[in-house]
Amino acid sequence: MAEVPNLNYIKEIAGGNEEFEKKFLSIIQTEFPKEKEDYLSLLENNELEESAKVVHKIKHKLGILGLTNGYKLAIRYEEDLKYGDTKLKDDFMGVLNSVEEFILKLA
Amino acid sequence: MVKCIIIDDELSAREIVAQLCRSADDLQVLELFPNAIEALKFLNQNEVDLIFLDIHMPMLTGFDFIETLKNPPKIVLTSSDKNFAIDAYEYDFIVDYLMKPINCDRFSKTLSKIRKAFEQGHQDFKGAPKRTDLQNEDLFINIDRRLIKLKLGDILMIEAKGDYIVIKTTDTSYKVHSTLKKIKEKLPDSLFMQIHRSFIINYTKIIDIQDNSVLIDRSVIPISRSNRPNLIQRLNLL
Repeated sequence: MAEVPNLNYIKEIAGGNEEFEKKFLSIIQTEFPKEKEDYLSLLENNELEESAKVVHKIKHKLGILGLTNGYKLAIRYEEDLKYGDTKLKDDFMGVLNSVEEFILKLA
Repeated sequence: MVKCIIIDDELSAREIVAQLCRSADDLQVLELFPNAIEALKFLNQNEVDLIFLDIHMPMLTGFDFIETLKNPPKIVLTSSDKNFAIDAYEYDFIVDYLMKPINCDRFSKTLSKIRKAFEQGHQDFKGAPKRTDLQNEDLFINIDRRLIKLKLGDILMIEAKGDYIVIKTTDTSYKVHSTLKKIKEKLPDSLFMQIHRSFIINYTKIIDIQDNSVLIDRSVIPISRSNRPNLIQRLNLL
């Protein structure tokens, strides 16, 4: 079964501070779509080294949202992209879509 | 108090470090910066003891930034890449290397490394008054236009209740129009700490600790998950 994003880490960091939790979720809701867009645009233009840098940022968010396998995939994909290899593109896209869907539900 | 700044190009990463720092009474976050250039301007005009520094940043990376510092403060590196950990050993002012996303328990280890670095190294902690002296220091509270003197050592805990705080001592309670944030600034870190968003305790008065609560006098006070590692860390120092 595919892993699903969750808020466990955010709740742990917030330590019951609801104001922080709310503020932090709104940051993720703003940052993630922008990063996804940047990644797709760089990929389309075949700027793979630059797209690896965006994957690096997205990787952190996958960890924040509890996607352990997604995080590991991003580590491999980031390295592959530096060498011009895009074979994990579709798998990574699947992770991005599940995060996007999750974020939309939070809104 | 250790004065620190946070440098990271990702807002979410900056906010996580800032939130983790809030759980430590002896860390004061002065500013958060999205890039090293802005931080350099700030460092030229302000005294900073510690920097939480991201490695992967556009324009100037964390290591490029370090090379520009003539008199570097202590630094904790943050990264989601293990590969640079070895490079960190090149610099004796780098206190720790934190992998992102930063885990709460791992951060409490970082706090203990920071404290150790400052105890061994330079400022702040050396000149701090002894805890026994602080117990006898006074705090004046304003109740109905009367200033009432309390000995710090008599205070058991302070609880936030709406626009008021309730200061509980060994034999009575005082309701004062103030906030936990304000009174926290007046209390010494070596005696008091915030263990929950509604409670500050005198941790020398703790009788017993369970998983998520402490017993002081006959009151059971909750500990928030983010503050627990810091409390445990402090008790180890007793």
